[in-house]
Amino acid sequence: MIRTEKNIMNKKDWEEEYVKYKERKDHFKTLSGINVDRLYTPEDITDVDYNEDIGYPGVYPFTRGPYPTMYRGRIWTYRMFSGFGLAEDTNKRWHMLLKNGETGLSTAFDFPTLMGRDSDDPLAIGEVGKCGVAIDTFEDFKRLFEGIRTDEVSSSFTINPPAAIIYGMYNALADVQGVDRKILRGTIQNDMLKEFHAQNTLVLPPRPSLKIIGDIFEFGVDVNPKFNLISISGYHIREAGSTAVQELAFTLADGMAYVVLAKERGIDLNKLGPQLSFFFNSHNDFFEEVAKFRAARRIWARFMREEMGTTNPEAWKLKFHTQTAGCSLTAQQPLNNIVRTTLQAFAAVLGGTQSLHTNSFDEAWALPSDEAARVALRTQQIIAYESNVANTIDPLAGSYFVENLTRRIEEKALEYIDYIKEMGDGNILEGEFIGIDQEYFIKEIGDSAYKDQRNVEKRERIVVGVNEFVLEDEKLTVPLLQINEEELRDIQVKRIEQIKERRDTKEVESSLEEIQAAADEDKNIMPPIIRAIKALATEGEIMGVLKNVYGIWSKPTLL
Amino acid sequence: MNMNRSKIKILVAKPGLDGHDRGARVLCRFFRDSGYEVIYTGLHKTAEEVANAALQEDVDVLGMSFLSGAHESYVPKILNLLKNNGVDLNEIVILVGGTIPEEHFKRLIDLGVDGVFIPGVPLNEISDFIDLKIKEKRDKSEAQHYFVGTKLIQKNPV
Repeated sequence: MIRTEKNIMNKKDWEEEYVKYKERKDHFKTLSGINVDRLYTPEDITDVDYNEDIGYPGVYPFTRGPYPTMYRGRIWTYRMFSGFGLAEDTNKRWHMLLKNGETGLSTAFDFPTLMGRDSDDPLAIGEVGKCGVAIDTFEDFKRLFEGIRTDEVSSSFTINPPAAIIYGMYNALADVQGVDRKILRGTIQNDMLKEFHAQNTLVLPPRPSLKIIGDIFEFGVDVNPKFNLISISGYHIREAGSTAVQELAFTLADGMAYVVLAKERGIDLNKLGPQLSFFFNSHNDFFEEVAKFRAARRIWARFMREEMGTTNPEAWKLKFHTQTAGCSLTAQQPLNNIVRTTLQAFAAVLGGTQSLHTNSFDEAWALPSDEAARVALRTQQIIAYESNVANTIDPLAGSYFVENLTRRIEEKALEYIDYIKEMGDGNILEGEFIGIDQEYFIKEIGDSAYKDQRNVEKRERIVVGVNEFVLEDEKLTVPLLQINEEELRDIQVKRIEQIKERRDTKEVESSLEEIQAAADEDKNIMPPIIRAIKALATEGEIMGVLKNVYGIWSKPTLL
Repeated sequence: MNMNRSKIKILVAKPGLDGHDRGARVLCRFFRDSGYEVIYTGLHKTAEEVANAALQEDVDVLGMSFLSGAHESYVPKILNLLKNNGVDLNEIVILVGGTIPEEHFKRLIDLGVDGVFIPGVPLNEISDFIDLKIKEKRDKSEAQHYFVGTKLIQKNPV
């Protein structure tokens, strides 16, 4: 060990003393481009006050977690996003996952369903059951939940333009099962802002899209008080290429805009607050991800309490689901993806996630096979039960580096949020509309995506198996999930035909007219939508009414 | 490469309902920065819309991006539309990229696709391949190269 004559008293002295020791690179940065020092010391957290900024789990501003016991009380929910083929195929996968210890359901819909189109729509050709499960009518939805009780397990639905329809189906299912709607647990994604920014599942224009979200809030705070009425999503923003800072900033800005929308509609924010949930990505930069999750809770708590004036502490808590980063998976040497996913899941757990999806190793090639999905679930169970990291809360708190990084990320995210608010002259909801109109979000995210790709090309970012440690003449040996789309589509098209023959046409027409009238008169569309669902109107028919009233959004094609 | 890239017209297409356009946008920007003329169809295009755009713009390269698995139905449909409208597939470069299972590579090449690219292929390998294929097609060269997955392969005439 080298000892110095000098008595080192601070970081600067130490750096000067050891400046001659060469490092691997000139600069070390996080994936978001934040500079990382060789070392962090108490000097790096002088702007962080323990009680004000960090505090205790379950106590404002919740930096250390929303609950006083966290995983000592209950392990996060294992919630594997899954769906493919027909409702019965997905139902079978769900039962397999539940049997293997999954604790929450999460639905992947196919593209026609996501876009509010039926399986017999000309644009559905080639897509039915491919990327998720095909749901056309309430009959399909009931098949999806065969043998699953809505009062026993919580369910999440990744659906946006037709969110009101799927949310309506879940309520209708509770009615059929004789379950009180008041105890329904689960989440409807229902986040259109991030669709305009990144994910591109676009049907209606921005303002009507947000009007419907307001309808779901208004309906849900009374009818389903235990249900998350939105999942404010950074996941897709990140997958589209944003940095961690942009993901955090745009997601929280979206969330703030939804709260402003609810306030303008006269919805009680103390009631709505606990029914808002978030959804983040967990990417490769371990400490940056942990810091991002911690900063998210702090920013949100302060916004809800100090800016919106809510008085219910439950409304101050940011609760979130995490999915490991799909965009970090490689087609090359696919088994390496298990390791990436493990590290990302580990960051989500140390960041205090409430629920987690772990990606399967074969997903750069296709939808996951049974085996790949099981390994992904087991990854969570190994972290939960074998690593012992769930034994204490927020173990990285107090790390000079993590606290410093949490603060830096918070500052940078707040700069973006202020900018979006300024675009709307102080109203963040208007700022969002202007940002969508001016393609601000698309450009910001696109620039980061391009920069990242260039960094990979220049080998400034190493991707194992892709630009370093490449295997020559690699042959893929992963067994992939096979989906026969034509066969599935035939079955779904016949099912639609049969339903249209046997249903009560008058009731369908009258309920669709009632939706149209509600939309025309700016009334809540949820009650007539549930009526139409029970009358076996198709998803496409209901969406068709909304398109007639509100028009269709077409996305700009800027490069 | 000494090729005049400003004379090469590339259409980047997103057929179907899939909205994942990160790859398509990054590519468009890269092609533009590399000197090609680039047109992007935008999202949610039908097979007819893609084929019509390729015909009207008289493109040298048609690149189609799929992350939805819909390539199985869209690629044959679009290529048939082009053929039925008098396009000789030997005269344009057809590329497919995205989440394409390895077992589909051969099927796509047999349909007339020149290159199938999976995630992780460096951008300059894509542009080098385009330049090579343009040259091969213009010279009506005997040697034919294909790109499958991450690899450039050569099929020599028998």
